[in-house]
Amino acid sequence: MTELIVHQHWFLWMTLLPLGAAVATFLAPRQARWIGFTTALLLLLCALLAIAAAIISKAQTITAGNWSTPLGIELRADGLALVMLAITALVGFIVSCYALSYFPARGHHQSRTHYFWPLWLFLWGGCNALFISADLFNLYVTLELVTLASVALIALEGGKAALAAALRYLFIGLLGSLAYLLGVGILYATYATVDIALLGDMLSATRLNHAAMSLMVAGLVLKSALFPLHFWLPQAHAKAPAPVSAVLSALVIKCAYVILLRLWFEVFPALETIAVGHLLGLLGSLAIIWGSLMALRQERLKLLIAYSTVAQIGYLFLVFPLARSQTMAAAWVAGVLMMMAHACGKAAMFMVAGTIHHTAGSDRISRLAGAGGPIGVLVVVFTLAATTIIGLPPSGGFFAKWLFINAALVTGQWWYLPIILSGTLLAGAYIARVLGWAFLDVKRSSYPVIPWVMKWPPLVLSVIALLFGLIAFEPVQIALIGAPVSTGVLVELRP
Amino acid sequence: MSMALLYAGSGIILFSIGLHALLVRRHLLRKILAANIMGSGVFMVFIAMGARGDAGVADPVPQAMVLTGIVVSLCFTAVAIVLAVRINHLTGCTTLAIDEESAID
Amino acid sequence: MNDLILLAILLSSLLPGLIIFTLPEESVRLRTTLNLTGALLKLLLVAVLFLRVAQREYAELRLPLLPDMELVLRADALSLLFLTLSAFLWFLTTIYAIGYLEGSPHRSRFFGFFSLCVCATTGIALSGDMVTFIIFYEALTISTYPLIVHRGTPAALSAGRVYLAYTLSGGVVLFFATVWLRSIAGPLDFTSGGVVSGLDPALYGSLSIIFALLILSLGVKAALVPLHIWLPSAMVAPAPVSALLHAVAVVKAGAFGIIRVIHDIFGLDFSIKLNLLFPLALLAAFTIIYGSIRALSQNDLKRRLAFSTVSQVSYILLGVAMATPLATIGGMVHLVHQGVMKITLFFCAGNLAETLDIHKIDEMDGVGRRMPWTMTAFTIGALGMIGLPPLAGFISKWYLGLGSLAAGQPWIIVVLIASTLLNAAYFLPILHRVWFVEPRQDWPPSTLYSGRETTWALLAPPLVTAILVILLGILAHSVGSPLYWVELIAAREDGL
Repeated sequence: MTELIVHQHWFLWMTLLPLGAAVATFLAPRQARWIGFTTALLLLLCALLAIAAAIISKAQTITAGNWSTPLGIELRADGLALVMLAITALVGFIVSCYALSYFPARGHHQSRTHYFWPLWLFLWGGCNALFISADLFNLYVTLELVTLASVALIALEGGKAALAAALRYLFIGLLGSLAYLLGVGILYATYATVDIALLGDMLSATRLNHAAMSLMVAGLVLKSALFPLHFWLPQAHAKAPAPVSAVLSALVIKCAYVILLRLWFEVFPALETIAVGHLLGLLGSLAIIWGSLMALRQERLKLLIAYSTVAQIGYLFLVFPLARSQTMAAAWVAGVLMMMAHACGKAAMFMVAGTIHHTAGSDRISRLAGAGGPIGVLVVVFTLAATTIIGLPPSGGFFAKWLFINAALVTGQWWYLPIILSGTLLAGAYIARVLGWAFLDVKRSSYPVIPWVMKWPPLVLSVIALLFGLIAFEPVQIALIGAPVSTGVLVELRP
Repeated sequence: MSMALLYAGSGIILFSIGLHALLVRRHLLRKILAANIMGSGVFMVFIAMGARGDAGVADPVPQAMVLTGIVVSLCFTAVAIVLAVRINHLTGCTTLAIDEESAID
Repeated sequence: MNDLILLAILLSSLLPGLIIFTLPEESVRLRTTLNLTGALLKLLLVAVLFLRVAQREYAELRLPLLPDMELVLRADALSLLFLTLSAFLWFLTTIYAIGYLEGSPHRSRFFGFFSLCVCATTGIALSGDMVTFIIFYEALTISTYPLIVHRGTPAALSAGRVYLAYTLSGGVVLFFATVWLRSIAGPLDFTSGGVVSGLDPALYGSLSIIFALLILSLGVKAALVPLHIWLPSAMVAPAPVSALLHAVAVVKAGAFGIIRVIHDIFGLDFSIKLNLLFPLALLAAFTIIYGSIRALSQNDLKRRLAFSTVSQVSYILLGVAMATPLATIGGMVHLVHQGVMKITLFFCAGNLAETLDIHKIDEMDGVGRRMPWTMTAFTIGALGMIGLPPLAGFISKWYLGLGSLAAGQPWIIVVLIASTLLNAAYFLPILHRVWFVEPRQDWPPSTLYSGRETTWALLAPPLVTAILVILLGILAHSVGSPLYWVELIAAREDGL
C-alpha cells in the first residue's frame, strides 16, 4: 500500500486530469457539470495521496521524457507545491460543488454553463502545473495558461463591462508576462539554464542580474494586483459570476505570487535584495491601508470583497522585507499560511456574496437590512469566513499575522507593526459594517428559498477558514518540506 | 557589432516601443499590435541569446522557447481580437473607455 | 484519557449551541431540553473536575498549532474559581432566558450564540497559556456581539458597533503585546510565579511597556475607566445578556485575564520589583469612584447597575494590585461575590422590565407591594453591594481593607469607605422608593401568573442567587466556600 502510494506521481495526475477533463467537457457539453464535479472529487483525492506520498518519502521530482536538466523540464513537488495543490484542490472542489447549482443545466444562460466548465478545468490544470514547475520557462507557460483561462472566465458574463474588464486584464497580463519573459531571457543569456535550483546556485550580484530581477519582479507584481497596479482587480470582479470571482481572488492571484516566492527564496538570495524588499514592503503596506479604506467605502458586497483582496495581497508582500537571515522560515511559513487562509476565506466570501446576489437580486450592502431568515444566515457565514481576513483567532490569518509581527520585531522593522495592526482594525470595521445589516430588525415580505448546494459548500469552507489555525500544524510541516529555509519558525528576540 | 548584439538590441528597442504604444495608444487594435511587437522584441532577445558565435551551431533551447512563446502569443492575440470585435459590436467604441461608473455598477 | 474532561466541558456548551442554530423557531421543547441538558452536564463535569483539582490532580491537554506553539488547556485552582462561577450562573441564566424570551423572535439564534459565548468563557477559564487565552478571549468578543444586537433596533446596532470598536481595538493591542512578550520570553504558559523573572535586565523597559499594554487591553473588557464606554450602552441588550455579560462573561474575563497576567505571567514578586502595580491600583481606585459617581445620576435602572459594575469590577483589580495576600484574597473572592450579587440585581431588573415594563427608577414607586419576592432579592443584592455584614459583599470589602493596611497604603481604605458611601447613596434611595412609597401606576395584576408575581422561570433564579448572597456571607469561612477556595489558591501559589 505504501509502495503504491509512493510510486505513483500523484501530482502529475493532478495536472493531466483536469486538462483531459476540460477537453471532455468541451466535447460533451451536456455532461459537463458531472464530468467537472467528478474531476474535482478525484483531484481532492489525488491531493491527499500526494501529501501522503510526500510525508513518506519527502519531495519528489520527475523529469519529463527523461531529458535531465539543464535541457529538459523538471517537475518538482516540494512542500510549497504540495500545500498549494492541496488548498487548490479543496477550494476548487467546493467551488465546483457551488458552480453545479450556480450555472444551471437548462435555461437561457446555458451557454455559460457550457463554457464555464472547460475554462475552469483548464485554469485548474494550469494552476496545478504552475505549482509543480521547477524551471522559469515552464512557469511562464503555465502562468500564461492560467491568465488566458481567467481572461475568458472574466468575459463569461458577456456584457460590455465584463468584456472590457477581460480585455484590460488580458493586456495587463500580457505586459506582466512579457516583462517576466524578458527577465528570463537575460538570465538565460548569462547562465544557459532556466532551472531554478541550478540558477540559485550560480547567481551572483551583477548589474545584468539586477536588471533581470527587476523586470521579473515588476511583471509578477503587475499580475498579483499589488498596489498601485491593482486597478484591474475590482473591475474584473464587478461583473464576473461568483465562482469565477472566488477562483480569481483565491487562486489566480496566488499563482503569480507563488512564482515570486520561489524566485525570491530560491533564485535571487545571492543578490542584495534589501532595497527591493523595502520597496515591496512599502507597496504592500500601502495596499493594506488603501485596500481596507476603499473596502469601507463600497456599496456593493462584491466590490468590498475585491478591495479586501487588494488589502490582503499587501500582507503577502510583507513577506519579502521580513525574510532576513534569521526570519527566513518565519516569513516563508507566514506567506504560505496567509495564502492558504486567504484562499479559503475569500472563496467562501465570494460564494456567499454570489448566493446573496442570486437570491436577493442585488448585492448592495444596504439591501441586506432585515436579512433575517436565510439571508441573515448567509451574512453570518460570510462573517465566519471573514474572521481570517480580519485575523481573529483561531483562523489561519491570525497565526500568519503572528509570524509577521514576530518577524518584524526580530528584524527591528517596527514600522510594519502599526500597518499590520491597523489593517486588522480596518478589516474589522468593514466586516462589522456588513454584519450589522444582518441583525437589523426590519420585516421582509418574503424570504427566498436557497438551494442547498449554494448554502452548504460556502458554509463548510467558512468553517474551515475560521478553524484553520487549529489544524495548521500539519500543513505548516508539509510546507517546510524541501523549503529553501532552515531556521526556526518562531524566533526569539535577543536584546 | 556582432549579430547577436544587434538582435538583442533591436529586441529591447522593439520591446520598449511596444510597451510605450500599449500604454499610450487607445485604439484596441493598436494595443493588440503593440503587444505583439513587444512579444516579438522579447523573442528576438531570446534568439540572440542562443547565438554561439560564427563557428558553432546555435543553442536550440532558446529557439524552442521562442516557438512556445509564439504559440502563446498567437493564442492571446486571437482572444484579444475576438474580445475587441465583440466590444465594438456591443458599444460601437474602439477603445476601452467604458464609463467607470457603469463598469463597476 | 482523564484530561479529556477538559474537552468535554468545552463541548458541553459548544455542541448544544451548534445544534440549536439549526433548529426552527417553533421547536421550543427541543431547544429548552438541549439548553438545560448542556448546562447541567457542564455543571456535573465541573463538579468532578473541582474535586480532582482540590486533591491536586490537575488536568492538561495540548494541541500543536505552529512549530513551538501549542493550544494548552489546563485546570488549576484559579481556573476552577472562574469555571465554577460561570457554569453555575450559566445554568441559572439559561432558565431565566428561557422565561424572559418566551415568544420573542430569533430565539434559536439567541441561544446558539448564548451557548457559544459560554463555551468561550469556559475556554478562557481553562486556558493554560497566553496564546490559548487570547484565542478564547477574541472568541468571546465575536460571540457576544450577536447577543448585544439581538433586538435589531438602531440603538442595539449602535451599541454593538461601539462594543466592537472597543473590544477589537483592545484585542489588537492584546495580540501585539502577547506576540512581543512571546518573542522576548519564549512560551507563555501560566506558571505560578511568572515566566519573565529570569530575563535579562536590559529587557525590563520593554517588559514594563508590555505590561501596560496587556493591562490596558484587558482593561477594555474589565471596564477600566476610560475604556468602559461600551458597557453602559450595551444595556440595550435583553436582560439575560446583561446579566451574563456583567456577572460572568465579559467583565470577569477581563478581570481574570489581568489576574493571570499579574500572577502567572509576570509573577507577583517581579511586578512589585518593577513597580508595575501602583499605576494599576490608582486606575482601579479612580474607576471605583468614577463609576459610583456616574451611577448616582442615572435614571435608567440598567444603566445605574452598569456603572455600578464598572465600579465593582475594579475592586478585584485593586485587590490584585495591592499584592498582599489578604488583598489578593479579597480581590479574587470578589470575583465570585460580585458576580452573584450583580446577577441578582440584573435578574430583578429584567423581571421589572418584562412583567411590568419598568425601565426607569422613577417608575419603581411602591413596586415592592406588587412584586415582593423579586424586590426582596433585589434588596439583598443591593445591600450586599453596599457591603452590609454578614452578606457576601462585606466579606470581600473586609479583606480588601485589611489587605490595604497590610500593604501600608491606607489611602485605599479611604477609597473603600467613600465607595461604600456612594453605593449606599445610589442603592438606598431605590430601596426606599420600592418599599416605602405609594405605588403610582396601575400594573397588570398578579392573577396573570396564577397568583405569583411573575413566571417561575423569571422568579426562581434571582431568589436562588439572593439566597446564595446570604450564604456566601454567612458561611464564608466554611470548607468549600469561595473564600476557602481563594485562600487555597493563594496558599498553592506560595508553594504550600
